Amino acid sequence: MDNLEALTIEEFSRQLRAREVTAEQITDACLQRIDSDNPRLNAFILVMADAARQQAREADRELAAGSDRGPLHGVPISIKDLIDVAGTPTTAASRVREGHVAEHDAPVIAALRHAGAVVIGKTNLHEFAFGTTNEESAFGAARNPQDPSRSPGGSSGGSAASVAAAMALATIGTDTGGSIRIPAAACGVVGLKPRYGEISTNGIVPLSRTLDHVGPLARTVTDAGLVYRALVGESKSKPPVPGPIGGLKLVVPRQYFCDMLDDEVRSRFEEALDRLRTAGARLDDVEIRHANLTAPIYLHIVLADAAAYHATALERVPERYTPGVRTRLEMGRYLLAEDYVRALEGREVLRREVDSVLAGHDALLLPTLPIPAPPIGATSVQVGTTIEPVRNVMLRLTQLFNLTGHPAIALPAGRTASGLPCSVQLVGAETDRLLPVARACEPQITGVLSPRSGRRGG
Amino acid sequence: MTVDSWLQAALVDAGRRGLPNLKPLLEALARSTTLLREADFNQGADLNHDASGVTGGGRS
Repeated sequence: MDNLEALTIEEFSRQLRAREVTAEQITDACLQRIDSDNPRLNAFILVMADAARQQAREADRELAAGSDRGPLHGVPISIKDLIDVAGTPTTAASRVREGHVAEHDAPVIAALRHAGAVVIGKTNLHEFAFGTTNEESAFGAARNPQDPSRSPGGSSGGSAASVAAAMALATIGTDTGGSIRIPAAACGVVGLKPRYGEISTNGIVPLSRTLDHVGPLARTVTDAGLVYRALVGESKSKPPVPGPIGGLKLVVPRQYFCDMLDDEVRSRFEEALDRLRTAGARLDDVEIRHANLTAPIYLHIVLADAAAYHATALERVPERYTPGVRTRLEMGRYLLAEDYVRALEGREVLRREVDSVLAGHDALLLPTLPIPAPPIGATSVQVGTTIEPVRNVMLRLTQLFNLTGHPAIALPAGRTASGLPCSVQLVGAETDRLLPVARACEPQITGVLSPRSGRRGG
Repeated sequence: MTVDSWLQAALVDAGRRGLPNLKPLLEALARSTTLLREADFNQGADLNHDASGVTGGGRS
């Protein structure tokens, strides 16, 4: 199949109904990509080739019989291996879960099946979703399709790699501090974290039940919107219709969010802002007063929540964790209740401040990832004159919106001179209102003014 | 418990449990906790805050 890397769900869906392609053919094409590229990218933990072909043939039979399940009918989708798919192990990329087999589909999987999607396999991740690089995995590091010496981001690194490398047309990831948006940014795809609580996280191994979100990664905003609609149970809905860009009111929180950026990431961000202004969007600077406290607040909540979930396994089988994840989980067992309560108070303050800056505006606009994808093995990174742990830098611009629950979407925004993707993030009040805004801004942010014109980015 | 006394107790316990790798992480956490405690949204019994609190929550 030609040009598989550029094929969107929207275009496949048109071709399928025009009888130009079958679900079985696209599934086979993705499986062939997995065969050829997974040995070097390690994006998949489990490839469900036989089941996927069977689902694809059934999708073709249904369509031939006049039964059309909507835009995801026959679409091959990969699943982060943190999510239960009946009859398969949910490994969470950890030896701690050896022997597990899911009895039931998680609600998100049931929704995808109802929408006619083909589940093609389970993707690699940072162990228990507790990391941003996908390096600490019982199955080995996943690698970035743009440069296999680099991380695909995390924790949904295998998921993002699977879409970027045309092994699936979309994927389902989870996001507790940025784990959909960070790998989307690192691999050059779109990643949507819907509003907190919109999509059930039942049947998904938790990291923090109050910060966990589930959502899609795909090639375009339209495709991410189609998967999102299916996940909320509206499998036959139309793609988001872009509003006019002229008159859009966007706000840029420069303080804190633009304080620590790689030079090329900053340049691509400013270029995207210029294109948006030229197209007629109104951009205002804004301040989120306590944004500098995001990391301390986030840390005290995520560590406590994760420690509570993992306490028993840490006592019984500590040697089964990767060393770094085990150490970070142990850290959470030392937190004091009074500091957890302070963090909860801070979370409410941040939520109100983000609500306040969004009032009267369509979206916040900021970079997604302060740096391009880091080399595998790097533990610290220099940004300007500052040397910081990679984990801290990668979480810096995303974790706030897990605390506040606001929907956020990462879009490709050009590339560095060496070809690594950069990304811009839009944050809104409601997912249904954010998607048309993102759709309207997509050509200006990507720098590809005709979204169908092929490879995006500069 | 002050952050310093908390950190000392945590380091002793981590050492006793054979987790020396925790030391730099606990020290980083202590710095983070200090920032959190110094935040201006915190209330205290010895401070003259409005009793309704920063979040304005009611009581039951």
